[in-house]
Amino acid sequence: MQSKMQVEAINRGTVIDHIPAGQGLKIVNRLQLLDNQVRLTVGFNLSSGVDGHKDLIKVDDWLMTESEANELALLAPNATINIIEDYNVVSKFKMATPKELIGVFQCPNSNCISNSEPVSSKLFVKTTEDRVQLKCHYCEKLFSKELFSEAY
Amino acid sequence: MSNPLYRKHILSISDLSRSDLELIIKTAATIKHSKQSRYLANKVVASCFFEASTRTRLSFETAIHRQGGNVIGFADSGSTSLAKKGETLSDSIKMLSGYADAIVMRHPQEGAARLASEVSNKPIINGGDGSNQHPTQTLLDLFTIHECQKRLDNLTITFVGDLKYGRTVHSLVQALSHFNCHFNFVAPDALYLPEYLIDELEEKHVSFKRVDEFENVVPESDIIYMTRVQKERFDPTEYMHIASQYVLSASMLGRAKEGMRILHPLPRVDEIELDVDQTKHAYYFEQAENGVYARQALLALVLNENLEEI
Repeated sequence: MQSKMQVEAINRGTVIDHIPAGQGLKIVNRLQLLDNQVRLTVGFNLSSGVDGHKDLIKVDDWLMTESEANELALLAPNATINIIEDYNVVSKFKMATPKELIGVFQCPNSNCISNSEPVSSKLFVKTTEDRVQLKCHYCEKLFSKELFSEAY
Repeated sequence: MSNPLYRKHILSISDLSRSDLELIIKTAATIKHSKQSRYLANKVVASCFFEASTRTRLSFETAIHRQGGNVIGFADSGSTSLAKKGETLSDSIKMLSGYADAIVMRHPQEGAARLASEVSNKPIINGGDGSNQHPTQTLLDLFTIHECQKRLDNLTITFVGDLKYGRTVHSLVQALSHFNCHFNFVAPDALYLPEYLIDELEEKHVSFKRVDEFENVVPESDIIYMTRVQKERFDPTEYMHIASQYVLSASMLGRAKEGMRILHPLPRVDEIELDVDQTKHAYYFEQAENGVYARQALLALVLNENLEEI
């Protein structure tokens, strides 16, 4: 109820909720890469019972797919996606860390062939007990997740 | 039955299973001891060195000629029209795969061979892609270890020198992880194994230890794998101090096992003193020669469905 009061409701679109405070801008950047015409309403540092503080993004008239949501999972692994039609939530899902990311992030290795040839980047997500790492399909180098989440 | 490497791209040592590695070693031994093998008769192999590498290129080209194959290619892309005209690697490979039965390539960028394999309808053999992989060096190392120890299982292998930047060490350690070996690692802090490799060894429950005093592990070693500590990574005083701790001399070999053998991917500078060459333990020049047999075996397997029928 409180978050509804903080950011106005939308008729049709996508609400990305429970984004860790501070990660919202990175998701906005990524959304604009997916579609630079999207209309966004953003709330930063909103109070949240569960998270203390959170960011929240409403995207007007644009319905996010699960695979698009999963691409953002590295930035906000616990965020929830609400799909809104007629002011009602018609579906709700959590972001899930995908097994691979194709064409989402550039390989950070500047000498990787994927940075100089007409080919989509491909990074495998390797999750262990205590961390998430990404391994480039081409140069086989392993990078910490933070390298990507901080770059956006 | 078709051999499992027939028409397969050879890009990274991690793509090869234990049985693939054993098949290559067995084939290399057969080829080495047979007077003649014509496994590449009527085949054309492209030898494409987008970056110069005399040792690897000559070894591959010798392997092709020895088996009756024909070589096309170049020793340095700077001298070809590919680089001058600004063609992408993908287009160059598509074109070359129309000419040759297999493409051996070396390229200065990591991942080049994998990319090539995605656009080529002929097998790609990676002769080195930047700092990433150099699988045929590992194959010749494995073949050499098997040749001098008559097995790959349960060996104690001591790696010395630059364990951080040397891809040779990384790939060999990964390949030997299939064979229940114990590893000793002797290196300065700045040149110790990268973290990802340590994690990988721990995940696979491989037995290894870090050793400060090189001489202490000479008696327990079956293989000592020496590498070069590159001067340019240190200031001159630091280099002199570090390099002197990772030098092998004949006087250190008194308590070595009878069958212990010393390997080095070459070129050596001063990390193996010349007096070691005269001992029965020196095996690095045989290792270099084995590069030709290992590459012969690999090409023979990749280009022939059944070797027995030839």
